[in-house]
Amino acid sequence: MTEDNPTAGADDALAAAAVQPNAIRAVRVRRPGRWISAIILLLFVAMFAHMLVSNKNFGWDLVRQWLFWHTIIQAIWVTLELTVYAMLIGIVGGVLLAVMRLSSNPVSATAAWLYTWFFRGTPVLVQLLFWNNIAALVGQQVGFGVPFGPQFFHLDTNSTITAFTAAVLALGLNEAAYMSEIVRAGILSVDEGQSEAAASLGMRRGKIMSRIVLPQAMRVIIPPTGNEVISMLKTSSLASVIGVVELTDASESAIHLYFKAIPFYVVASLWYLFFTTVLSIGQYYIERYYARGSTRNLPPTPFQKLLRANLLFRTRRRRAEEIREALR
Amino acid sequence: MTADLIPDAPSNAVAVEIDKVYKSFGRLPVLRGVSMTVREGEVACLIGPSGSGKSTLLRCVNHLEKVDAGRISVHDRLVGYHHKNDRLYEMHDRDVAKQRRTIGMVFQRFNLFPHMTALENIIEAPVQVLGKSKAVAVAEAREHLEKVGLSDKAGSYPTQLSGGQQQRVAIARALAMQPALMLFDEPTSALDPELVGDVLAVMRQLAESGMTMIVVTHEMGFARDVGDTVAFMDGGIIVEHGDARQVIAEPQHARTQAFLAKVR
Repeated sequence: MTEDNPTAGADDALAAAAVQPNAIRAVRVRRPGRWISAIILLLFVAMFAHMLVSNKNFGWDLVRQWLFWHTIIQAIWVTLELTVYAMLIGIVGGVLLAVMRLSSNPVSATAAWLYTWFFRGTPVLVQLLFWNNIAALVGQQVGFGVPFGPQFFHLDTNSTITAFTAAVLALGLNEAAYMSEIVRAGILSVDEGQSEAAASLGMRRGKIMSRIVLPQAMRVIIPPTGNEVISMLKTSSLASVIGVVELTDASESAIHLYFKAIPFYVVASLWYLFFTTVLSIGQYYIERYYARGSTRNLPPTPFQKLLRANLLFRTRRRRAEEIREALR
Repeated sequence: MTADLIPDAPSNAVAVEIDKVYKSFGRLPVLRGVSMTVREGEVACLIGPSGSGKSTLLRCVNHLEKVDAGRISVHDRLVGYHHKNDRLYEMHDRDVAKQRRTIGMVFQRFNLFPHMTALENIIEAPVQVLGKSKAVAVAEAREHLEKVGLSDKAGSYPTQLSGGQQQRVAIARALAMQPALMLFDEPTSALDPELVGDVLAVMRQLAESGMTMIVVTHEMGFARDVGDTVAFMDGGIIVEHGDARQVIAEPQHARTQAFLAKVR
């Protein structure tokens, strides 16, 4: 409470603006609910941690022993391959289907609608089993009535359709149906004025889509796609049902070998958690990348947030000290 | 720009011929028999209250909207249709796109491509549509940017530009296709008042260079000073059409008088 003299003249006003006024001193709103819920949460965390440590059935020494076992590591590669290939089919197919669905051509729009209707309407596990059995039938029945499937089987012989290929096809083609809805939402989110401006410059539909609309739709498409990748990593465990030796299947086999169930489930869960964490971090930065051009100021990264929070805390503490000083 | 252009105007070739055009959105009639001729080098301003059909008429000229009845020709070629053996044939997308190359359009909301810099916005169509080499397109784009006074903004993204700067980039983008006709759809309506002047100055300069322009505007000063002709539209028809200064200074029709009294 020092300078309160009213000033006339612009110079004085500027000088006054340069001096920070005294910080507001106010009693902060009490939030007992936060404290109570934090204590309850901590209690649960402590109980869970205690259970993890004290319960011998987890077999942590076995987990440590088997976490990097070569069979598990090989299986992880299969899981990652399944995820990557299935998502590639899913993303490429999804873009294609979304563009078809939104096209003015009624034939392609209907075809895309039918595809989505079928592949979203049946469980992916059933589709997986279906594909696996188609592989067995290929020799006799070429051109089985599934959209986009036949061409594949004209080329491939019975022996090359492994369980892995069947799993990639089933997961990928199913994913394409979901991705098409994500891409469609992204395309529809782009302002119509963009297409009009491009059309008025003499650009044709295909060019407008690939050069103007899709790049802008990416901002809307990327976050749910990241979600789909994470989801696919875990859904790929369904491939164990048709005998693909991926992470879940390898763990399951090991259980039959060693008669220890829980440690292997822990091993598998830890690996899934590890990769979903890595993917989440990746997704965060990709989102940040595509936010360029749409916002002037990018949101801070978690690391920057930490730094900022620390800074804020220090500023507050300094202010509080100043106030105490002034009151003395 | 000058009023004495009008006496000369009849000698100029017809650039745009709008003949008894009708257009409805659903049951709502928007254009109810609009006829209008714009000659080469003419700056034709469309004024009138919102909902009078000005923007729709403009959008019909480059076939962003299809007319229900009537004909529009640009440089003696029917817009959106082929006329053969007394029958109309709808144009294929590719021909519509070709026709639009020579008709530049500037929008109220700028509609710059936000994922591209100012320079990339301008070279996009020359490279992708006309097949120009990037080097040539960039060189030309820089000239256009200089013309609209934004040589230093080539690398800026639209969000980093003010509304007035964005609109001037949009004008440069349209000019890069070397159009023979420019359509302006309320180019200054979305701008802060202090930014309007820069855009109007660019448009005035363009008019003085002899560009044929159809301008939907609420800027009466611009219509009077830069416009050769002014058409006042209300309720989907052209109520009054004539020499720009005359229509704005001494409107003959009661509705025109009422409108101009309000906007002044």
